[in-house]
Amino acid sequence: MSAPKTAAEPLVAVEDLHTFYGKSHVLHGLSLCVGRGEVVGLLGRNGVGKSTTLKTIMGLVGPSRGKVLLEGQAITGLPAHKIARLGIAYVPEDRRIFKLLTVMENLRTGLDRQGVTQARKEELLDKLFAYFPRLAERRGQAGGTLSGGEQQMLAIARAMMLEPKIILLDEPTEGLMPRMVSQIREIVNVLHREGVAILLVEQNVPLTLEASQRVYFMEKGVVRHHAVASELKVDDPVIHQYLGV
Amino acid sequence: MSQHSNKSFWIAFSIVSALLILAPLVLPEFWRRFLTEILIWGLLAMSSDLLIGYTGMVSFGHSAFFGLGMYGAAAALLTLKPANLWLAILYGLSGSAVIAGFVAYFATRLRDIYFAITTLIFSQIFYVVIFTWTEVTGGENGLTFTRPRLGIPGIYSVPFTPELLHWFVLAVVTASYLILRRITHSPFGMVLQSIRENEQRTRAIGYPVERYKIVAVMLSGVFAGLAGVLYAIQNRFAAPDFVYFVVSGEAVIYNVMGGIGTLLGPIVGAGFFLGLRELSARVFGDQFPYLIPVGVIFIAMVIFLPQGLLGFAKRWLNR
Amino acid sequence: MDTIGDTIGLGWDWLAAHRDIIIIQTVNGIVTGMILALIASGLTLIFGIMDVVNFAHGELFMLGAYVGVVVLATSGSFWLALVLSTLLIALLGAALQITTLRPLIGRDPLTTILATFGISLVLQNYALWQFGPVPRKLDEPITGQFVLFYLSYPWYRLLIALLSGAIIGGLYLFLKHGTYGIWIRATTQDRVMAQAMGIPVPWVHTGVFAIGAGMAAASGVLFGPLVGINHAMGLDWVLKAFIVVVVGGMGNLGGSIAASIFVSLLEAYAAIVVSPAQAVIVSFVVLILTLLFRPTGLFVPTPK
Repeated sequence: MSAPKTAAEPLVAVEDLHTFYGKSHVLHGLSLCVGRGEVVGLLGRNGVGKSTTLKTIMGLVGPSRGKVLLEGQAITGLPAHKIARLGIAYVPEDRRIFKLLTVMENLRTGLDRQGVTQARKEELLDKLFAYFPRLAERRGQAGGTLSGGEQQMLAIARAMMLEPKIILLDEPTEGLMPRMVSQIREIVNVLHREGVAILLVEQNVPLTLEASQRVYFMEKGVVRHHAVASELKVDDPVIHQYLGV
Repeated sequence: MSQHSNKSFWIAFSIVSALLILAPLVLPEFWRRFLTEILIWGLLAMSSDLLIGYTGMVSFGHSAFFGLGMYGAAAALLTLKPANLWLAILYGLSGSAVIAGFVAYFATRLRDIYFAITTLIFSQIFYVVIFTWTEVTGGENGLTFTRPRLGIPGIYSVPFTPELLHWFVLAVVTASYLILRRITHSPFGMVLQSIRENEQRTRAIGYPVERYKIVAVMLSGVFAGLAGVLYAIQNRFAAPDFVYFVVSGEAVIYNVMGGIGTLLGPIVGAGFFLGLRELSARVFGDQFPYLIPVGVIFIAMVIFLPQGLLGFAKRWLNR
Repeated sequence: MDTIGDTIGLGWDWLAAHRDIIIIQTVNGIVTGMILALIASGLTLIFGIMDVVNFAHGELFMLGAYVGVVVLATSGSFWLALVLSTLLIALLGAALQITTLRPLIGRDPLTTILATFGISLVLQNYALWQFGPVPRKLDEPITGQFVLFYLSYPWYRLLIALLSGAIIGGLYLFLKHGTYGIWIRATTQDRVMAQAMGIPVPWVHTGVFAIGAGMAAASGVLFGPLVGINHAMGLDWVLKAFIVVVVGGMGNLGGSIAASIFVSLLEAYAAIVVSPAQAVIVSFVVLILTLLFRPTGLFVPTPK
C-alpha cells in the first residue's frame, strides 16, 4: 500500500523499507509518512514490525533496502546519534531511562547540546517541570528509584529535551495504570499543541484513535491499510481485522 | 564436507607429508632444524587452536603447559638412568595434564575475557615459581640434559640422528593432528563448537558446559606439553623463558595468522611467522626489530583477515 | 592454652622488632597501591565502557615513562614531562582506538583481546628499538626525606601518592559532574539509548580510551624515578592491574582502587620476609582466593 500524498512535503517519509534481524526478514517494503506537527498512529498485532519500524527510522537498525527521509533529505544509514541531532527523538518500548543517573542527569543527556544557551536550558526545564511536577520533585533521585509511570514520564521528558521535530513513541501506555494512561494522553496533546510530530505505536486503540490524525495498520512487515482517525470508530471491522485476537 | 574436497584434502596432505619426510635428506642442517622447530611450535599452536578455534576460549596459559612438558621431560631425563624417551614423554604429559587440570578448574568458570586474563596470570605464576625455585628447576639457568635414545632401553635403541629426530617429531605431530582432528569431528568436538557459537544455548539444551570446557583445556594442555617434551628432546635444555607468557602469545599469533579453527592453520602460521623472522634477519640484519612490522601484520590480519592464511586460501580455492 | 599465649607473644615480639620496617612498608604499600590504582582505574574505565580488555595498557604506561625521560632531558622540567607525556600518550591512545579498535566493534570480543595484544607487541618492540635495552633513569623532581613519625621517608614517594590520589579524584569529579561525565556514564549503562539521545558514542569510546591511556602514562612518569625504565616494565604492572581489576570487581572503579591498595599492602608486607620476586605471589594468591570464593570481586558490596 503506498503512502498517501499529503499537501506539503512530509516531515518524515519512509519508502519501501526492508529490514532484517539476523536472518529474520521483519520489514517487507514498508512505506509511510508523517507530516509536520501531525500525530500518526501505527497499529498492528505483536510481532508485525512496529518497533522495528521506529528503530529503523531512528538509525538503531540498518535497513537492507529502502529509504528514510527527514524533510526530504535521506537519512538512511546515518548513525543514531546524528539522527537524534537532526531532530528525531525516540522513546523505546521498555522506557530505558538511565537507571543509575539522576532524573536531572537523564534530562541533561538531551539538554546538553551545542547551540543551546543556559537561559534556553532553564526555560525548557521550567516548562517541562510545569508539565511534570512529579519529575521536578524527584530531580535529584536516581532514575531506577522511580515508579513505572514516572519512568515513562522521564523517558518522554528526556526526549522532549532534544527539542525534536518528531518523537517516535513506542507503546507508552504499556503496563501503566489508567490514571497514568490519561496522563500520557495529556502529554501527547501537549506535544501536538507545541507542534511536535508524533509517530505513535500503540496497542491501546481508543487512545490512538483519539490522539492521532491518521492511522496506519501494519501486518507482516508492511502497511496494509491507512485511514483518517476521525472516520474510524473503535468497533470498526478494520480494527478487528488487523488487531483482533 | 563433500567427498571431492575431502579427497583433495587428503591428497594435498599426503603430498605435504611426503615433502616433510624427504626434507631432512635434502636440506642443510640449519633448515632441517628450522623445519623441525616449525613443527614443534606448530603443535603448540595446534593445541591452542583446540581452545581458541573450536571452543572459543582465548588462552594465554599455554606457555605453562609447554613449560611443564619441557621440565617434566627434563625431570625424567635427569633422574632416571638410563635416559628413557617414553618415560620422559610420560612425565612431561603428566606434568602438563596436572597443571592444565588446575588451571581448568579455576579458569573455566569465567567468561571469555576473564578466562584469557586468568590463564595469563597463571602462566606467570608458574614462571615465577620456576624462576625462583632454583634448587629444583635450576632457576634462571634452567636445566640441561642428554638426549635419550629412540627405542626401548635394554631391548633395542638407536641414537637420534638429525634425520631420525625430524622423522620422530614429524610422526608425533602428524599423529597429534590426526587425533585432534578425530576429536574435533566427534560428537564431543561438535559440542565444543556449539559452545563457541552460543554458550548460553548449549547450556540451555542441557550440556554440562563447564565439564566440556575443563576437558578441552586439559586436552589442549596435554598436547601443548607434548610440544614441550619434543622441544626438550630436540634442544636438550629446559629454561624458564619458555614458561613466560610471550610463548603463549606467540602461539596465539600463529593461530591467528594461520587460521583459527583449522588445526593445520597454526602450523602454517608458525611457518609464516618464523619464516618472516628468518627473512627479516637475513635482509635487514639481526638487530632489526622484526616484531614491529610482524606485529602490525598481525593486527591487520585480526581486522581484515580473521580467517587467517589457511582460511583465505581455502576460500580462494573454492572460487 | 599456654602455647597460644607463647605464639602471640612471639608474634608480638617479632612485630615490635620489625616495627620500623613495618611502618615503612605500610607507607610503601600505600604509595605503590596508589600508582597501581591509577593504572587500574584506566583499565577498569575502558573495560566498563567498551568491554575491551586493553592488553596494551602496560605498554602505554611504559611509553609514558619514556616520553617523560625524553621531555625531562630536553626541558629539565619534571612537571612539563608529566603533563606532556599524559597528553601525548592520550593522543596515541585515541589514534590506536580509532585505527584498530573501531573496526572491531560488534565483532567477537576475542578479537579486541587479540588486537590489543598485537598493539602491546608492536609498542614494546618499538620501545626496545628506539631506546635500547639499557634501562633509563628518570630523576625525581624533589629529593630529600621528611620525618615520618620518627623515621625518615622520601618526599617524592609521598608526592606520588598525593598526585595519584588527586588525578583519581579528578577523574571521579569529571565523571560525576559535567556533560562529558554524564555522556560517559550514560554510554556505560545503555549504549543504544545514549546514541538515541544524540550522544556521539563512537567518540565517547575514543575519549575514554584516551583518558585511560593518559592515566597510564601519568603513572609511568610518576613511577619512573623509583625504578629503571625499560621496555618490559609494562608487563608486570599490567598483570597486577588485571589482578586488581578482577579482585576489585570488573568495571567497578571504587573496587579496583580499594583492591589496588589492599594487594599492594599485602605485597609490601610479604616483601619483609621473602624476596620481592617472590612477593608477587601474594597478588596471585589473592586472585585465586577471590576466584574461589567471591568471583564477582572482593570489594563488590553484594555478590550478584
